[in-house]
Amino acid sequence: MDLRDNSEEAAFRAELRAWLDANLPDAKRGGRGGAQRFDDPFGREWSRLLHEAGYAGLTWPKEYGGSGAPYSFQAILYEELARAQAPSHVGVIGLGMAGPTIIAHGSEAQKQAHLEKTLSAAEIWCQGFSEPDAGSDLAAARTRAERRGDVYVVNGQKVWSSFAHIADFCILVTRSDPEAPRYKNLTYLIVDMHSPGVEVRPLRQITGEAEFNEIFFNDVEVPVDNRLGEEGEGWQVAMTTLLHERATLGFALTAGLESGVLRLLDLARDHVDGDDALRGRVGAEWIELQALRYTNYRSLGTYQRTGIPGPEGSAIKLRWSEQNQRMTKLARELRGGDGILDDGWWHYQQLRSRGNTIEAGTSEVLRNIIAERVLGLPRSR
Amino acid sequence: MDFTLNDVQRELKEQAHSWLAERYPLDRDWDAQDDRWAELAELGWLDVAEAELGFVEEMLLLEELGYACYPGPYLATVGFALPWLSAEQRARVAAGEERWSVEVDRLVPWLGSVDFVVADGGTAYPAIGDEQASVDPSRPLGRLDRRGGTPLAGQRNLPRARTASAAEALGVAQRALDLGVEHATTRQQFGKAIGVYQAVSHQLANTYTDVELARSLVYWAAWCVAEDDEQAPLAAAAAKAFATETAVVACERSIQVHGGIGFTWEHPLHRFYKRALWLEGFGRRPAELRAEVGDAVLGVEVTA
Repeated sequence: MDLRDNSEEAAFRAELRAWLDANLPDAKRGGRGGAQRFDDPFGREWSRLLHEAGYAGLTWPKEYGGSGAPYSFQAILYEELARAQAPSHVGVIGLGMAGPTIIAHGSEAQKQAHLEKTLSAAEIWCQGFSEPDAGSDLAAARTRAERRGDVYVVNGQKVWSSFAHIADFCILVTRSDPEAPRYKNLTYLIVDMHSPGVEVRPLRQITGEAEFNEIFFNDVEVPVDNRLGEEGEGWQVAMTTLLHERATLGFALTAGLESGVLRLLDLARDHVDGDDALRGRVGAEWIELQALRYTNYRSLGTYQRTGIPGPEGSAIKLRWSEQNQRMTKLARELRGGDGILDDGWWHYQQLRSRGNTIEAGTSEVLRNIIAERVLGLPRSR
Repeated sequence: MDFTLNDVQRELKEQAHSWLAERYPLDRDWDAQDDRWAELAELGWLDVAEAELGFVEEMLLLEELGYACYPGPYLATVGFALPWLSAEQRARVAAGEERWSVEVDRLVPWLGSVDFVVADGGTAYPAIGDEQASVDPSRPLGRLDRRGGTPLAGQRNLPRARTASAAEALGVAQRALDLGVEHATTRQQFGKAIGVYQAVSHQLANTYTDVELARSLVYWAAWCVAEDDEQAPLAAAAAKAFATETAVVACERSIQVHGGIGFTWEHPLHRFYKRALWLEGFGRRPAELRAEVGDAVLGVEVTA
């Protein structure tokens, strides 16, 4: 057990800090997230810079544009990006989900076609998993992919697809065989979002903005060569996507939370006065942040030893989402009478945080996963 | 950066776990308070520095002692008093010849079963005084009768003491979780194991996230104490607040999951619950510790 950086890690961190100081303009630090990040052309520019410096796809193989670095470097990257209050790479879905899935299941041609362009933000990805009648229950997806010669003809609707309105490609879970049993009836496709028959409609959220979209597929022809894995094995491919995402997702979430806690501390310095209880609640948020941070480290350590992230990582998204919600409420309370004013930051964050316990696995589903897969309790369905 | 236990640490933890499980089973005679002190001395647990081990290893032992609800004054002697003692005194502790405690908030844990008490910022007193009723009968408390104090050579190490309590609480929380999971897996109602019902399983899932976050804080604090890291005071306050509160909540949820049997004297859960309440209440309580952490991170003058 040693929490210090080893010499390679320390060198990497120092070099990264210097690079961020030199390349990230002050005006671009501390963005509040949300839909505005899609509109600023700096997003793509910043992503391209990260790629050129070797910081995008740190752990990806070198032959596909990555840096072949250990996972601890990825953790350091997230920490330092948070510290610098830097915007994230626009390829959130590409880097976190599409890319790792292509690395694990893609053909050589698919790897050559997409991986480097994903890192340089020349290609933006979105994810087509959820449907109006298949949310938590992904295996119930009904978007149809019908094989006709060299193409699949895709018809159906996806929902909650962030980035779809600016995406070039979509990782799409389809039902290819309506007769096959559950978990053997799905096929995973890469769909060109510029294909005829693809229609994207933004979904306006409680924040008033549209980060998510609906995607409609009407007789969209997808070449069979764009299939990831075998026909009927879409469920298994999708599970790989989620496993890889888990290894360092916690660091990304915690990095975001850290920016929030630092802002909360700034706010609290002006507002807590002599109130012991309020200072204690601010302290509690700092403590929870550290607990999540060191849980990430433990999970990562297990991943580095065994290739599978430690089970404790399953607690992170659940606790992160709840902390985000609690923290934004505390911020409103700290603002006292002014809490009724829309300050342009905390009010937005409080509304946005309500989505945190729903997106990327609802808290109810995550508790089921912990109960069944980690604690070994009998299955509830 | 490697935040996993090394092979020696893992082995020590497993060894402690099975040694304690064998000697302190759940169906033990809970009124018998045999602390097997001589055996602890033989195992080298009373001074791990002899085996070139450090506070991280001591923390792991404390976690396992908590898991077993061990009755003896290990926490007081090794967790609290050791940093106050001279080399000669430590050698006598290591040999199992002397047992120590400390006075906190005018209360002395195990007053009746230790030899000396540290009080008044570094004075050793013979352990004489009146017993008080403790929330945890296996962890007695007393009021010290000061007679013939002598100055001590060592010094206070508050982060170490707090982390020691937190480590024990972590073990208690883990045990409450394990008992709850076992019950929810085996107890059948309406023809199904009750763990099938989400109202039951989600309580245990909540405890799991609490326990894992507590473990991360306790291990972090232990590493900071072992390395004399500047974050040790904050990490220890955070760990104690979080882990002791987790132990209490974990026991409460486990009692609920157990239903009626969890409310009986016969079932051992109440022993763990009382241990958790003791740990939460001893020294600074969670709300005070959180305010202390709040002050520190807000840059308010800290008076701890």
